[in-house]
Amino acid sequence: MHAESVSAEQHHVMGEVHEHPTWKQYKWVALILTLITVGEVWVYYIPSFVAGPLFVPTLLILSAIKFVIVVMFYMHLKYDHRLFRVLFTGPLIVAMCTLLALMFLFSKLSLTR
Amino acid sequence: MATAAVTHGHPPTTTGLDHRKVAIWAFIGSECMLFASLISTYLIYKGRSVVGPFPHEACNPPLCATPLHAILNIPVTSMSTFVLLMSSLTMVLALAAVENKGKPGYEGLFGSSKLWLMATAILGTTFLGFQAFEFTSFVHEGLTIRTNLFGSSFFTLTGFHGAHVTAGVLWLLTLFAIDVKRGLGPKDALLVDISALYWHFVDVVWIAIFTLVYLIH
Repeated sequence: MHAESVSAEQHHVMGEVHEHPTWKQYKWVALILTLITVGEVWVYYIPSFVAGPLFVPTLLILSAIKFVIVVMFYMHLKYDHRLFRVLFTGPLIVAMCTLLALMFLFSKLSLTR
Repeated sequence: MATAAVTHGHPPTTTGLDHRKVAIWAFIGSECMLFASLISTYLIYKGRSVVGPFPHEACNPPLCATPLHAILNIPVTSMSTFVLLMSSLTMVLALAAVENKGKPGYEGLFGSSKLWLMATAILGTTFLGFQAFEFTSFVHEGLTIRTNLFGSSFFTLTGFHGAHVTAGVLWLLTLFAIDVKRGLGPKDALLVDISALYWHFVDVVWIAIFTLVYLIH
């Protein structure tokens, strides 16, 4: 009943709202995300690069960079309380470990050639 | 008992944080595991379809009734990815407009939370339109959820994501209706923040899907 009446300033007192990026920073983030996406699609259309060993790692790294940028800046995880970071990264690590374990289990990944 | 939080009219919490925001982060954490399982399933089944159409390779008889090119349409999906990324920008601008309503620099059209909320909903709907176009063209080319392992895992994964985007659009339209009816201000910032977190999560899931499903082959 009382929760709805809490102001943004009070949330700040409770340690929830910290400094957020400015409009200008948000637009820079959007530009960087767009450029990375353009880069991803661009390398997809280079046959020699697609056939090479760097294609998959490059795409995974670019994708991971986009993921981290959105989470840190748009989802404000960089600025928010540490508990939120734990609530997100904990299950994310479990999820990624599960994915990797399944890839090895079904022979999609292997430590030997 | 007479803590600072009580004097502010807020129920005290053991963490000192609002339960709703803790809940949405816990929910997002659980959603990470849901989408990881769906992506894992797609990757495990990738390349194990015995009949076409295939995602990245052409398909010729007898695996396909008629010769088919690779079924994934990268230019269209790249556009829809760009649209979803831009919707995350409009979402943070909506949150900034609500948090700073009435402050200098947030007057006029570009400081309007209504504008940015509606823009986000429209961009989300555009993304769904791209997805509907993609699904329809796949069905016309002979790929349904029952055709092969690729079809089953692809439609399940992207369909779940599309359902999440649909829920997000409905949530945004609800916020827009509240904004039109009584106006959203700094006291409502947490409500918009929670919906923004959900929306950005849907965006980061698509970042992973776009790379793992569409680009890597």
